[in-house]
Amino acid sequence: MADILVVAELTAEGKVRKTTHSAITMAKLAQPALGGSFSILVLGPSAKAAAAELTGFGAAKVLACEDQSLANYVAEHYAPTVAAVGKAFGLVVACASSFGKDLMPRVAAKLDAAYAGDCSGVSVNGTKVVFKRPMFAGNAFGHVELGTAIQVATARQSEFEPAAPSGGSSPIEAVAKVAPGAAASRVEFVSLEAVKSARPDLGEAGVVVAGGRALKEKFFDVLNPLADTLSAAIGASRAACDAGYAPGDLQVGQTGKIVAPGLYFAIGISGAIQHIAGMKGSKTIVAINKDAEAPIFQLSDYGLVADLFQAVPALVEDLKKHKAQKG
Amino acid sequence: MKILVALKRVADPANHNKVKIPATGEKIDTAGLEWQINPFDLYALETALRLTEDGKAPKTRLGEVVAVTLGPAETETNLRSALATGADRAIRVDTTDDALDGRLVAAALQKLVEEEKPDLVLMGKQVVDGENNYVGQALAELLDWPMATFAATIKEEAGGLLVGREVDGGVCTLRVKFPAVVTVDLRIVSPDSVRSSKTAEGFKYPYEEVRFAPLPAIMQAKKKPLAVKKLADLVGGATLSSKYVKFEAPPARKAGVKVKDVAELVQKLATEAKAI
Repeated sequence: MADILVVAELTAEGKVRKTTHSAITMAKLAQPALGGSFSILVLGPSAKAAAAELTGFGAAKVLACEDQSLANYVAEHYAPTVAAVGKAFGLVVACASSFGKDLMPRVAAKLDAAYAGDCSGVSVNGTKVVFKRPMFAGNAFGHVELGTAIQVATARQSEFEPAAPSGGSSPIEAVAKVAPGAAASRVEFVSLEAVKSARPDLGEAGVVVAGGRALKEKFFDVLNPLADTLSAAIGASRAACDAGYAPGDLQVGQTGKIVAPGLYFAIGISGAIQHIAGMKGSKTIVAINKDAEAPIFQLSDYGLVADLFQAVPALVEDLKKHKAQKG
Repeated sequence: MKILVALKRVADPANHNKVKIPATGEKIDTAGLEWQINPFDLYALETALRLTEDGKAPKTRLGEVVAVTLGPAETETNLRSALATGADRAIRVDTTDDALDGRLVAAALQKLVEEEKPDLVLMGKQVVDGENNYVGQALAELLDWPMATFAATIKEEAGGLLVGREVDGGVCTLRVKFPAVVTVDLRIVSPDSVRSSKTAEGFKYPYEEVRFAPLPAIMQAKKKPLAVKKLADLVGGATLSSKYVKFEAPPARKAGVKVKDVAELVQKLATEAKAI
């Protein structure tokens, strides 16, 4: 029997990020194989306050490592503590956000653990956890078992429903920060330039409106009204980001954000396989493109062959009318 | 500056939708797809070249770039192409793809780094076939070196690098001191995203993405040193710890309908998909 440790992720303001709830879901799915409980580890300068947000999810314990030196996340400062706490567990998980992807392989190496990154599912084979992983830009899935005494894995946020509070009150326990190694003395946090946006987070939005290079300098002029009408997040193709029409952190695709909203608009996006890998899990896909042969139409539920500079403003008007009628 | 660049060959990324998985699920069949260097590793090689030159005179190497791969003899083609692009020498660790997992690759690279003693190890942020995003960070931990992952900009400073990293919701800037491990993201190959201490501020590379090797360089690359090592000499008897028990193809997504205009689209979204 072995227990599972979930590493929580906090926002710059010290609140629990929703990515944490997806990692909790992964832990719960793996639990039947290992037969033990799960606990949550929170690190940061206000870890105890954040830990209090996580006491209602059924964890055996919520461990809080509160230390001012953890104010700005740097892997070399976090990994020694995560590994020291993780030693007592059979499986250590986090969300495959940029935080989890940066930190967890380092933790795995410290624990001499095998690693399954960016998993889209977990199943149980007797006492083995089987991790399902997207590969080849989502054109294949591999089911992998890890053979080390401790295992480490990260969960693709869009594939694990965020855990809902299940009641109860897990005890909060303080843990001390472990002194970092030589690596930490040679890395310095300089700045985090956060892009401020009133829109929902791309990874968490129910509706995503994504644009391609065809939008040119009018990228935001065209997409903002549509995103406003639908309370949507804005995404972009790699071509639009590379051309400088949209910032890099909006990129949807194999190497950008992986999203799976209820409704996805691909506007002026032809549908390169790297882009499709980032959005094909969406429930309903709408494509608007003036090229009737664009590959995106092979997977869209609704395709409209039209000039997007006319179609998108018209769509905004019709959606507003629809909303007004619906009340 | 001495830089070690780790490269992996992958099946042609532009045709990953053509991979075949037999009904028994025992493998991913990439037959018919051309082998290429993982795109992110190519970007790492370009980054290494930019860091060891004055952008104005890219033919003169002001440092040493060593390209490394793990794989069968055919992967020497990929190493020769790295040499033609500008790397000084290459090392191939003789093995096969199915004899490797992330832990073994990281352990083998650790030994190579301890032998070669570079100031910097560069590689792509992930390989586009396995997509595990593991080796760079694991290598940094094994060496107890600082790291900067998902690098989108790099500026050389005295004794280290200033690295802009693409993270959720913005850009995180770290300063790392040598020796260090850096994994690179897409935008590292923008014309002005990497600057060595020799390259003038404001300099822009006159091409998109990565440089190509001119024909004479391809000929010369055949004479550059390429050493071969045995995997067992680096990692001893270490064995695989990740075991893929099954592969499967994703469920096919069928093409939907074309709508004639915006009005029909809104009507279908409301009544059929119930998405608005």
